[in-house]
Amino acid sequence: MAILEVNDIHKRFGAAEVLKGISFSLEKGSSLAIIGSSGSGKTTLLRCLNFLEKPDRGRITVQDEVLFDAGDPGTQAEPEIRKKRLNFGLVFQAFHLFPQYTVLKNITLARELLEKERQKTQGTSAPQKEIDADAAALLAQMGLVGKEKAYPHQLSGGQQQRVAIARALALKPKILCFDEPTSALDPELTGEVLQVVRSLANKKTTMVIVTHEMAFARDVADHILFMDEGLIVEEGPPEQVFGNPREERTRQFLARYSSEP
Amino acid sequence: MSNAQTIVSRLVDSFQLNVQLFFLTLLFSLPLGLVIALCAMSRFKPLAIVTKTFVWMIRGTPLMLQVIIIFFAPGLLNFGAPWGSGASARFTAATIAFIINYACYFSEIFRGGIQGVPIGQTEAGQVLGMTRAQIFFKVTLLQVIKRILPAMSNEVITLIKDTSLARIISIKEIIMMAQEYTAQGLIWPLFSTGLFFLVFVGLLTIIFARLEKRLDYFRV
Ligand SMILES: Nc1ncnc2c1ncn2[C@@H]1O[C@H](COP(=O)(O)OP(=O)(O)O)[C@@H](O)[C@H]1O
Ligand SMILES: [Mg+2]
Repeated sequence: MAILEVNDIHKRFGAAEVLKGISFSLEKGSSLAIIGSSGSGKTTLLRCLNFLEKPDRGRITVQDEVLFDAGDPGTQAEPEIRKKRLNFGLVFQAFHLFPQYTVLKNITLARELLEKERQKTQGTSAPQKEIDADAAALLAQMGLVGKEKAYPHQLSGGQQQRVAIARALALKPKILCFDEPTSALDPELTGEVLQVVRSLANKKTTMVIVTHEMAFARDVADHILFMDEGLIVEEGPPEQVFGNPREERTRQFLARYSSEP
Repeated sequence: MSNAQTIVSRLVDSFQLNVQLFFLTLLFSLPLGLVIALCAMSRFKPLAIVTKTFVWMIRGTPLMLQVIIIFFAPGLLNFGAPWGSGASARFTAATIAFIINYACYFSEIFRGGIQGVPIGQTEAGQVLGMTRAQIFFKVTLLQVIKRILPAMSNEVITLIKDTSLARIISIKEIIMMAQEYTAQGLIWPLFSTGLFFLVFVGLLTIIFARLEKRLDYFRV
């Protein structure tokens, strides 16, 4: 039973059609890696899933609930979109941590605001103690014990990205999306972030990972999607897409990526 | 009381007008400036264009001219006397002109500050389920304040000095007061007005330096 179903997503910016009909589905507890050249529409696709862009056509379904349907304005009302976003988490290429808050507060801020809202509307909410304990557990999981009180600018890029992952996990999204989580990092720092993502995969976190780390994708993902010019050119299990690609374009892309480290 | 003492105390009294004009202008032009900035950034194009044109006109003409127009125009255009009469009318007109003028300058600073915060900050808030208001107040605002403090410091220092322009509609602010003595052959009162401004600007400089230091714990 698929947790996420994406149907025929189209997105254009002005004259340029960036997504030309993307469909795929994702099983609960599995991880999907999306690969493809720069400009092929990977970021735009993740942004559509997270409601940062509005697709021109298509449908997004999570656990049988239609979150978005371009043909049904009823699914596009502003206040509900905010709630629907919580189905997804997004880890940005450039982290986007909140610079004025400590590591701990970066992780707890959104949860605190949501709990406050829940207290108002439902009369019940998690106590601050629980929020802090959950954040501490996440920090431990990310290998960041002792960094609670640090500010983002005091951390390395790899540490910042791990905080960003913890921040996304703090809201317990059903599906966690990564947009090239290691592309902004110095090469010696990518390992620590990939390690964390790998451990999430081992814990059966449902993930969509856009990445240029081919070895990592092959190793960690259950399923590979190769995108080119707004279309899914090829998809399948890693052994097939990397080991025995069917499409010429996939072969060319992989050849390019294995030749330039 | 000796003559010098009388003069000094009259200078102090008249400087209170400068200070009052300064604080009233700040009090109203800061929030108004924020509103103008938000209008100028509105996605509703006509509003943005009208606002930007207005800001351009205010910033493109002398404050002195604006003070004169605000004071005289209603009477000359037969709108009656909206500012009342006498000294208080002059002060009201000057205050309104200053508020409008400074709100426009502040709006440009705010706009630059708000647009300078990376869009990624807003988007990070959005994907974490925050409302627009929560993102503005909990995420963006402090970063905007940190970014604009140096520019605000300049503008506020200019404001206290600009308050002397109010004399153009016969408001007896400190320099106008001192000039009365110049006419009587006394030059030191005029020089001493400079001290008033220097001390006031010194205080402002200290306050802004402290604020900047307060926000030194993070980087934007
Ligand atoms: N907001 C936007 N406005 C106009 N063009 C955009 C916008 N966002 C992305 N694009 C264009 O869409 C194409 C795909 O971009 P993107 O989704 O970022 O690709 P990828 O992440 O695969 O590199 C690019 O040509 C890019 O220039
Ligand atoms: Mg991208």
